[in-house]
Amino acid sequence: MMENKRVDEPTGTETVGHEWDGIEELDTPMPRWWLWTFGLCGIFAIVYVVLYPALPMIERATAGTLGWSSRGQLAQEMDAADQARTTFNEQLARVPIERLPDDSALMQQAVAGGRAAFLVNCVQCHGSGAAGSMASSNLAKGYPNLNDDDWLWGGDLKAIEYTLIHGIRQQGHNETRFSMMPAFEGVLQDAEVDRLVDHILSLTDQAQPSAEGASLFATNCAFCHGADGGGDRTMGAPNLADAIWLYGGTRAEIERQILRPRNGMMPRWGERLDPVTIKMLAAYVHSLGGGEDFVEVAADPAIEVDESS
Amino acid sequence: MEAVLGRVGLWFLIFFLAIAAIAGAKDSAFAAHATIIAMLAFILLVVTAGRFDPLAKVQGIFRIPTDTTRYDDDPVRWGVIATMFWGMVGMLAGVFIAIQLAFPVLNVEPYLNFGRVRPLHTSAVIFAFGGNALIATSFYVVQRTCRARLALPNVARFVFWGYQLFIVLAASGYLMGTTQSREYAEPEWYVDLWLTIVWVAYGAVFIATILKRKEPHIYVANWFYLAFIITVAMLHIVNNLAIPVSFLGSKSYSAFAGVQDALTQWWYGHNAVGFFLTAGFLAMMYYFVPKQAERPVYSYRLSIIHFWSLIFLYIWAGPHHLHYTALPDWAQTLGMVFSIMLWMPSWGGMINGLMTLNGAWDKVRTDPIIRMMVMALAFYGMSTFEGPVLSIKAVNSLSHYTDWTIGHVHSGALGWNGLITFACVYYLVPRLWRRERMYSLRMINWHFWLATIGIVFYAASMWVAGITQGLMWREYGADGYLVNSFVDTVAALHPMYLMRAFGGGLYLLGGAIMTYNVWMTIAGRLREEAPMTQTPHDPEADRPAVPALAQ
Repeated sequence: MMENKRVDEPTGTETVGHEWDGIEELDTPMPRWWLWTFGLCGIFAIVYVVLYPALPMIERATAGTLGWSSRGQLAQEMDAADQARTTFNEQLARVPIERLPDDSALMQQAVAGGRAAFLVNCVQCHGSGAAGSMASSNLAKGYPNLNDDDWLWGGDLKAIEYTLIHGIRQQGHNETRFSMMPAFEGVLQDAEVDRLVDHILSLTDQAQPSAEGASLFATNCAFCHGADGGGDRTMGAPNLADAIWLYGGTRAEIERQILRPRNGMMPRWGERLDPVTIKMLAAYVHSLGGGEDFVEVAADPAIEVDESS
Repeated sequence: MEAVLGRVGLWFLIFFLAIAAIAGAKDSAFAAHATIIAMLAFILLVVTAGRFDPLAKVQGIFRIPTDTTRYDDDPVRWGVIATMFWGMVGMLAGVFIAIQLAFPVLNVEPYLNFGRVRPLHTSAVIFAFGGNALIATSFYVVQRTCRARLALPNVARFVFWGYQLFIVLAASGYLMGTTQSREYAEPEWYVDLWLTIVWVAYGAVFIATILKRKEPHIYVANWFYLAFIITVAMLHIVNNLAIPVSFLGSKSYSAFAGVQDALTQWWYGHNAVGFFLTAGFLAMMYYFVPKQAERPVYSYRLSIIHFWSLIFLYIWAGPHHLHYTALPDWAQTLGMVFSIMLWMPSWGGMINGLMTLNGAWDKVRTDPIIRMMVMALAFYGMSTFEGPVLSIKAVNSLSHYTDWTIGHVHSGALGWNGLITFACVYYLVPRLWRRERMYSLRMINWHFWLATIGIVFYAASMWVAGITQGLMWREYGADGYLVNSFVDTVAALHPMYLMRAFGGGLYLLGGAIMTYNVWMTIAGRLREEAPMTQTPHDPEADRPAVPALAQ
């Protein structure tokens, strides 16, 4: 074979002397830069293996001379972040939530922290802009908009915090916000439902009221929603007179909610998040635009007003 | 006659077993797969019993010439047709899921949602398109570089058709929601067992052909093909060790658990890239580039060193897919340093390919096939540099789980695997069907530019998308809190997703032009067109210097 060696004319390099199906090979030496770079990569690898955990032994792997570990690095970074927030966290833990607005710097920081916590924990249902999914046509309805001033269970800091801690309709938790819209399927006739929907829509001037509708409303609905349909926050009964609809405002949607109501739930964050984070979340939600002052809801019997202030 | 009877009996037995499997199936996917096999066995039963020769008929459609040469090229021709067919299927699925990501409303439940079409896309392009290209070219190359006719011709045909059955079972399984949830190894246990049988048969044909070679040495392309066949067999068997819940149901559970399972999977996943998409396609490169360029291979020494260093180092690099996970730190370190040492061995193939053109660089201007090969090697070099960079832990902490990874994979898959395969098919088709040349060289040129621009759109948009995503995920405000929610990052990527789908669309369009070109070549047509380059001839300027001499 070797006697087939020849010098390739265009490159001036000798061939190795093999030939397969017309393919020959040149005896070009390996490029120097290639060998050098390959060697340097090897040296880098050796140095890295000495510095960092690398070689598995019988009991454990070598630890590396830098003493680095991924768990150690994480703990260090978390410590540093915690430390940077220590004073703030301590202050926030100490201040009662209804006193928070008095310290505007602290309030501002709580809102910022609440926003981050909201992006992690709340956006899945309430949306990244906290607009819920009430108006959207192609999403599941029933996640309240937190930007408006329409509150089911109260919109001051303390009420929001309470809702966050105990959740809504959480089975087996006594302090949870709880109420149940009854199903009227089989209770009301079709014509009666029609009149009732008319009456409800007439509260926002979208239909003609009727005496029959008004009397149906008074008998069946007014106990929770109030005679004027204004709702009742003590039992989370929505205001029906403000043109804001949790489960949609078309005739069909209102009818459905009367006949086969949905009763939404919210997790009790008190068992998942620490009190400071919940406080920050309350501050953030309160800051979105619909937050109510404490005084404004002082008449609300569900809320205990801090008399010492 | 006895042979026919025997075969009828065999098909009947398979038909009967498949019917029994349908009856006893525990889930609909398993029943559907048993139905496919029953139908296949029934057709073959009728065909065998009727002594009807459908192959001759189909061979007529595809104008397959009868082999009178010393080489057995029938499986290669079928492989080229299958490569083209599955390539178009896989690329179409890819463009579809790219558009789905930009417009989620296109998720048609349940069969065409992203989660089911995505493995269909990856398996179709890697295993159906790439796998058929590898099997076809390996059968072509091994015969010629060994100067020996294909050993075990019947087994070679079984390999081809058995592999197609594997693809059909895998793809239909994905759409029915059957999956092991192991990336690039989604098919369930019985499909894996079938592939194992096919793959061992493939190895037998290849090795038997090498054993009967009439050349003293084994050509470098065959080293790479061998490494590819043997390693893929090992990876496939180990990663798919699983226990079926029932022998009549599709569900199985992995033999490994927890982080061991994850590491086994990525040992497999990374080496599927290493030995399927790198070693196998380097084998193609080592034969077809010197042939098309009509030049000797640049450096024999480099090919030895880079071959051995590549196959030794690649197998350890898998843990870099599990940086910053429950995988122990030491394994992450080793995965990273082996990936970095892999840089030069990978580039050895690029150097040997590109420098083979020494003395023939003018062909880049005149020969669109050579141009495609050069671009393939350039993308190979880029993605094998990007790979080690991404394996560095600091880089990986930004890039991991982002679209950067998708961009990296596609600059390799579209740029390297796709373009080199197209070039090889363009080389093969005229030779296999004994045509003067491809139907149209200008269409190859169009394909080249559409594909190249498509890749640029794809890779560039995914770099931007990936880095955007990575930076947004880790962005903290001055107060120490996260700035973005996940859905904010999704919204930010929308324009990039549109650009990616556009790039993929261009690439698919190039593929469609190629399909037409190949089809017309097989049909025996030659497009009348102006040649790619024409040196201008001006008789006035070319007058003999001394006209008097003519007298």
